[in-house]
Amino acid sequence: MGLDAERARRVSAAGRERDTKHMSGAAPKAALCVRNLRKAYKDVVAVDGLDLEVRWGECFGLLGPNGAGKTTTIEICEGLTAADSGDVEVLGLLWNAHATELRQRLGIQLQETQLSEKLTVMETVRLFRSFFRRGPEPSEVIALVQLGEKRKSRVGSLSGGQKQRLALACALVGDPDFLFLDEPTTGLDPQARRQLWDLIEQFKLAGRTILMTTHYMDEAERLCDRVAIMDHGKAIAVGTPRELIASIGVEQMVEFSAGGAAQALDVSALGRIEGVHEVRTENGTVRMQVTELHQAVPALLDELDRQGVPLTELRTHSASLEDVFVILTGRHLRDE
Amino acid sequence: MSSTEWADHPLAQLTLVRFREFWREPEAIFWVFIFPVLLAAGLGLAFRNRPPDVLGIAAVTPELARSLRQEKLLDVEQLSAPAAEEALRTGKVALLAAPAPGGAVVYRYDDTNPEGRTARMLADGAIQRAAGRADPVPSSDRLMREPGSRYIDFLVPGLLGMNLMGSAIWGMGFAIVDARRKKLMKRLIATPMPRHYYLLSFVLARLLLLVVEVGVLLGFGAWVFQVPVRGSLLDLALLCVLGSLAFSALGLLIASRAQTIEAASGLMNTVMMPMWIVSGVFFSAQRFPGALQPIIRALPLTAVIDALRAHMLQGAGLAQVVPQLGVLGVWLLVCFTLALKLFRWR
Repeated sequence: MGLDAERARRVSAAGRERDTKHMSGAAPKAALCVRNLRKAYKDVVAVDGLDLEVRWGECFGLLGPNGAGKTTTIEICEGLTAADSGDVEVLGLLWNAHATELRQRLGIQLQETQLSEKLTVMETVRLFRSFFRRGPEPSEVIALVQLGEKRKSRVGSLSGGQKQRLALACALVGDPDFLFLDEPTTGLDPQARRQLWDLIEQFKLAGRTILMTTHYMDEAERLCDRVAIMDHGKAIAVGTPRELIASIGVEQMVEFSAGGAAQALDVSALGRIEGVHEVRTENGTVRMQVTELHQAVPALLDELDRQGVPLTELRTHSASLEDVFVILTGRHLRDE
Repeated sequence: MSSTEWADHPLAQLTLVRFREFWREPEAIFWVFIFPVLLAAGLGLAFRNRPPDVLGIAAVTPELARSLRQEKLLDVEQLSAPAAEEALRTGKVALLAAPAPGGAVVYRYDDTNPEGRTARMLADGAIQRAAGRADPVPSSDRLMREPGSRYIDFLVPGLLGMNLMGSAIWGMGFAIVDARRKKLMKRLIATPMPRHYYLLSFVLARLLLLVVEVGVLLGFGAWVFQVPVRGSLLDLALLCVLGSLAFSALGLLIASRAQTIEAASGLMNTVMMPMWIVSGVFFSAQRFPGALQPIIRALPLTAVIDALRAHMLQGAGLAQVVPQLGVLGVWLLVCFTLALKLFRWR
């Protein structure tokens, strides 16, 4: 990890120098500025008046369920989709005026690209490297994404996680100032996800600006400095994960099930317990937002005892971005 | 410029990718290189020139049979009258020779059957000569069975044209539609890659493969069947390049919008199938009705094959195939312009 982080820093050293240059003088304030963005497909409004600002050197996450407009938004920022209206400024440049320069300075990983299966890892990275004016050696990038041993293997023989890391290598091969990652870990197993998270964290340490989309709240909490929660093409909340969680005014979530005895439960009595803010029942499971866990749980147990309802399951967890989403929209992130 | 710098040029890298994808697909190698050779070998064997057929005829008397046996091209059988009748009716013999009153001879045969007519001429000649006829004009035969006028000579340029069309249209169509379907094309245009390089890499790879493709088929034809190439090699190269470019443009047009391999291959077959039939690959396009000829001659495959035949068999230069070159040029320009207008990168 230490060695890799060092390599990541070296690979992007040139990028950081440019970034600092941008920040002094007439550099734009934000790495990405999106104002009042709108995009509709035939009968669906994908993006509906979105405003965003990604600061230099931060990892910004678009978090939301499928169909929230995340991919449309990121593809408009990548210059792959034309917006119906609104302004997009990337690295202080506009797509219709500076496309060629922007392409050189952006690293892009799309959601469902299948790279040619008959090429090897090395051939693929070398192909992408040839499009950029400058950047690290292909072998360096391959080592960075930990595919060194696979560099002569055909892409078709790689696992899902390895393919995703190869896609990341292709995004990094031009030494980008700005990295776009569209659902980088969707469909991967937990170990492959953690491996990819480690890599993305290294690039953060190296001072790169990142815009990523995800529908995993744990991914957003771990990787993103700031998050915009998206729903129906709008950003319904923006802030650091900590701020967003704090904004819902609860620290802990308590969930319990009462099995067959759930019908007899008097839910309104639970709401009167001190420190309990809101009680919801869903498929026999009761969810409560709680501020003082150490007082609320004993009080809950007493109340259930008094009502004569036996517990079959009891869980508590710190409030997460998932809870923020549920409280803001009344739905779960992965409902749809 | 060192060799590695040259190889790191995006156009070189993209062309290398085309080659690698081709070589690593064994089926593609079979269809492009081996299939046309197998076809030429098979058809060349089936339609090889044989010694002239000997015609079977029946004679009813020993005298007639003796006279007729003087003719080498007749296989004479002496049969009784009923047996000879039976043999003629069942097609075992093409002609029956029987005596008639007054020393005359009667030939019985089916005059709609060319074999019967030939047998009539040969048999009558033999009998008249045996009876002492002297030919007033002396004549002799010089046989012509040389390369250039056999079926295999007709076939090889046809197969070459068909191969030029197939490899360009399939090569272009499948690769482009596959890249679009896998969103690989979208990923590529998200890089600074100049878009015309992508299309140019297909053309470059095609032209380089063309050398092998044409070489293998013509080399095989020349080695096994002595199929001639009478025109200049430079003209042949230009002809093949122009043909391949015209078909590549057609392939690009077919692939310009299709989103799935199924849609693309349906389109490709719809475009190619009629040309396989009417453009004179296996038999002369002249066999189709005159009203259709202008349409058939306007097809790119007809133009390529006609020009290749004129070049290879009659030694025609480019100046003699200007109409065909014009047809190919128009197809190239129209298809390419349309394809660029319609092309979808995602």
